[in-house]
Amino acid sequence: MTPRMTRVLLSVAAPVLALVAAFAITSAVLLVAGDPAGEVWATILSWPEPRNLVNIVNSATVLYLSGLAVAVGFRMNLFNIGVDGQYRIAAFVAAVVAGEAWLPGPLNAVLAILAAILVGAAWAGIAGLLRATRGVSEVISTIMLNFISTSIVAYSLRQVAVREEGSNIIGTKPIPESSRIPGFSISSEVSTDVYGFLLIAVLAGVGYWVALNRTRFGFDLRATGQSQTAAVASGVNVKKMTVTAMLVSGGLAGLVGLPILFGNAYSYGSTFQSGLGFAGIAIALLGRNHPIGIALGALLFAFLDEQSNPLQILVDVSPDIVKITQGIIVLTVVISYEVVRRYGQRLEQRQVAQALESSDNTKAEVRA
Amino acid sequence: MTDTSTTTAPAVRLVGIGKRFPGVIANDDVNIEVARGSIHAIVGENGAGKSTLMKILYGVQKPDAGTVEIDGAQVDLSSPADAIKAGVGMVFQHFMLADNLTVLENVVLGAERLHGIGAKAREEILRISDAYGLDIRPDQLVEALGVGDRQRVEILKVLYRGARTIILDEPTAVLVPQEVDELFGNLRELKSEGLAVIFISHKLDEVLSVADVVTVMRRGTTVDTVDPSSVNAHQLAELMVGSELPSPSTESSTVTDEVLISVNHLTLPSPDGRPLVDDVSFTIHRGEVLGIAGVEGNGQSELVEAIMGMLPRATGVVEVDGRDVSGLSTRHRREAGIGYIPADRHRHGLLLDAPLWENRVLGHQTRTPAAKGIFIDKGASRADTERIIEEYDVRTPGPDVLARALSGGNQQKLIVGREMSGDPILLIAAHPTRGVDVGAQAAIWDHIKDARRLGLAVLLISADLDELIGLSDRIQVILRGRLVGEFDPGHVTPEQLGSAMTGAGDKA
Ligand SMILES: Nc1ncnc2c1ncn2[C@@H]1O[C@H](COP(=O)(O)OP(=O)(O)OP(=O)(O)O)[C@@H](O)[C@H]1O
Ligand SMILES: [Mg+2]
Repeated sequence: MTPRMTRVLLSVAAPVLALVAAFAITSAVLLVAGDPAGEVWATILSWPEPRNLVNIVNSATVLYLSGLAVAVGFRMNLFNIGVDGQYRIAAFVAAVVAGEAWLPGPLNAVLAILAAILVGAAWAGIAGLLRATRGVSEVISTIMLNFISTSIVAYSLRQVAVREEGSNIIGTKPIPESSRIPGFSISSEVSTDVYGFLLIAVLAGVGYWVALNRTRFGFDLRATGQSQTAAVASGVNVKKMTVTAMLVSGGLAGLVGLPILFGNAYSYGSTFQSGLGFAGIAIALLGRNHPIGIALGALLFAFLDEQSNPLQILVDVSPDIVKITQGIIVLTVVISYEVVRRYGQRLEQRQVAQALESSDNTKAEVRA
Repeated sequence: MTDTSTTTAPAVRLVGIGKRFPGVIANDDVNIEVARGSIHAIVGENGAGKSTLMKILYGVQKPDAGTVEIDGAQVDLSSPADAIKAGVGMVFQHFMLADNLTVLENVVLGAERLHGIGAKAREEILRISDAYGLDIRPDQLVEALGVGDRQRVEILKVLYRGARTIILDEPTAVLVPQEVDELFGNLRELKSEGLAVIFISHKLDEVLSVADVVTVMRRGTTVDTVDPSSVNAHQLAELMVGSELPSPSTESSTVTDEVLISVNHLTLPSPDGRPLVDDVSFTIHRGEVLGIAGVEGNGQSELVEAIMGMLPRATGVVEVDGRDVSGLSTRHRREAGIGYIPADRHRHGLLLDAPLWENRVLGHQTRTPAAKGIFIDKGASRADTERIIEEYDVRTPGPDVLARALSGGNQQKLIVGREMSGDPILLIAAHPTRGVDVGAQAAIWDHIKDARRLGLAVLLISADLDELIGLSDRIQVILRGRLVGEFDPGHVTPEQLGSAMTGAGDKA
């Protein structure tokens, strides 16, 4: 086996190992609870219908953006727990802006997206500023800001809301037809489309990779994450970096709610999806802050969510079982990456040893 | 000694030890016997495998091959706790003491079961301190202690845990000569009480003066074990690296009368009164090396960090090449042409978990060859890392290896090479050859001398007085944050410098 192949195999082995372990533990939970583990898995692991596939891709798009937002913070050792609050306040503002339709057609959408990025960045920036100037842990402040964001959105929604006819649900003014982001259809049998925002998410992923791995900014950010003291000595202004990283993370968080807003809901209402920020933390961990890893993690979480929907009807098991699986995956991933890393190290050592034994002159030189 | 078992069984016997890392044989068939009641020195080039071997003996790393015997019994050490149980203790080069705790608290931390944390523990500490002449006061805050004192606390910590064999990895690198003498006094005391001491050092004169046995390692294996009275430093160096022992000496002066750096009234206030840097002023000319001599902890690191712009509370004026840089950030100062070799390479000099080429970029993020516009130029950085590896003889498989995988001395060589890149006009070098072997030390000195000839100004801080005297054109002594005297390296002796550094020669 070539060293390259070994490396590829090893890097695939870790997540596979984690999934197998997570499935085993979930099965044990099901068995202990007296539920039919076999049928549950048969349902979840069946190949999704085209309709479900669309749903999986769509919710993965949303989760992906959330994972990216969290990952930016992680690369600098910042724990942005506040993606949840950031995307909700940002999506709300975007909905208001788009609903008002100050600009015509697509320009209106662009304006709303920019507004969402700015609001998300500003909201996260508060935590960044507090950390940089007062040393307040961003974990605490972003959690607090989540509560405040929830309240502000609820309060403002009442101020601007229009009531949908014949229902109790209130929401912002719907986005005009011309400013919606069109989706694309993957099959004629399915009525729902894949979000057009998917392309923006892909661009965000590429941008994330380039910015972090190829630019000076990304280098400074990663250096600060690895060793703050060394970063300072190298000329990084850590306070500025903290604020900037939070701004970028919050800006990405501002995008999280937009696929739903522009591709499906068309207004921000009291039932707008929440909790996406917390899923992002798990997905960033799962994907090891790598843009492709995060994409796979988002797809996996979306897959589990979607496939668990019919569990209640088909086998009388609560779909919440996949939440347990998702939680366990995060744990097993952390463990299995470590196990595989150690195994890889041993393997490499053995190869070095073999290479040495087969060439006597090296040995002689070492003894010289 | 009456107990025959302790006199016959060696304190430590390592047989056929092997340890491999990816691409590197760190240890290969190492055999060492350390007798009870002796001081056993281990010397060898950077990357020879000394630290690895000691980590194996202390249970930090597991050997791939070979056996470890302690006091005649074969042991299997899988953690430092096992090693401590077997009576082996280790003092690392980087001390691991909590600054805001007292000596007593630091010593009992993690060993509360032995003698509690109260009167009995204090009694035991005082007993050990008396028995080995360590002169330790249990209630002092560690923060207030100098390097030499801290080291004694580390040794006491190890003894407190019942060690009968003590490993010291480069204990003298951070000490000034007086402190080295004190340390050696302590070691002789330990030896006479029947302990075994293993110590690693690159300073061969010291090794010869204190060791009973010297083992030489080369390329991962033990090449010879010699009696220090039968060799001199030259021969020892030849055994190690197969080359001559260098003697630092300033050839004809290259000092010009053009002032390149001037520092005026630099002061760093401290929250509790006495400033850490106290109204320091000096100038350095083009082509001049200004040496700063001082016992560690007298404001050297603060002085350096203030000049680098890392301490916003510092006041005073720093001018580089006629330009006031006092208001500039660290980055801008670096861009203005200041190179910086930090005293603590792990804290300030490296990203340990990043590849070498990224460490080449560190501190040069905005300049060629590391940067190209807003992007990092990976290709050019890697190529330049290869150049450093070549020119500075960094022993490593290549630029993609993680910095953590380099031996201490090789990490240092990489940093020196990096900071000399891009033609700095001022080099701030804190202990530039700390932890590097004699051969590499000579090479680094040559690099600095060459650059000086081309007009480099150097602020040199070193605990090694030979280095200071050999490289500097002028020497200033720093004591409690103040510059207290200037010496001409051509006429000063290490002893004179030593007493000025401790304030003993202070007539005022
Ligand atoms: N964790 C590691 N991973 C990979 N290689 C390592 C690791 N630790 C040490 N090495 C390699 O093993 C060799 C021996 O290193 P070691 O630290 O024992 O050297 P040393 O004799 O203590 O050198 P120095 O005098 O510079 O401290 C070096 O080539 C080093 O690069
Ligand atoms: Mg070492």
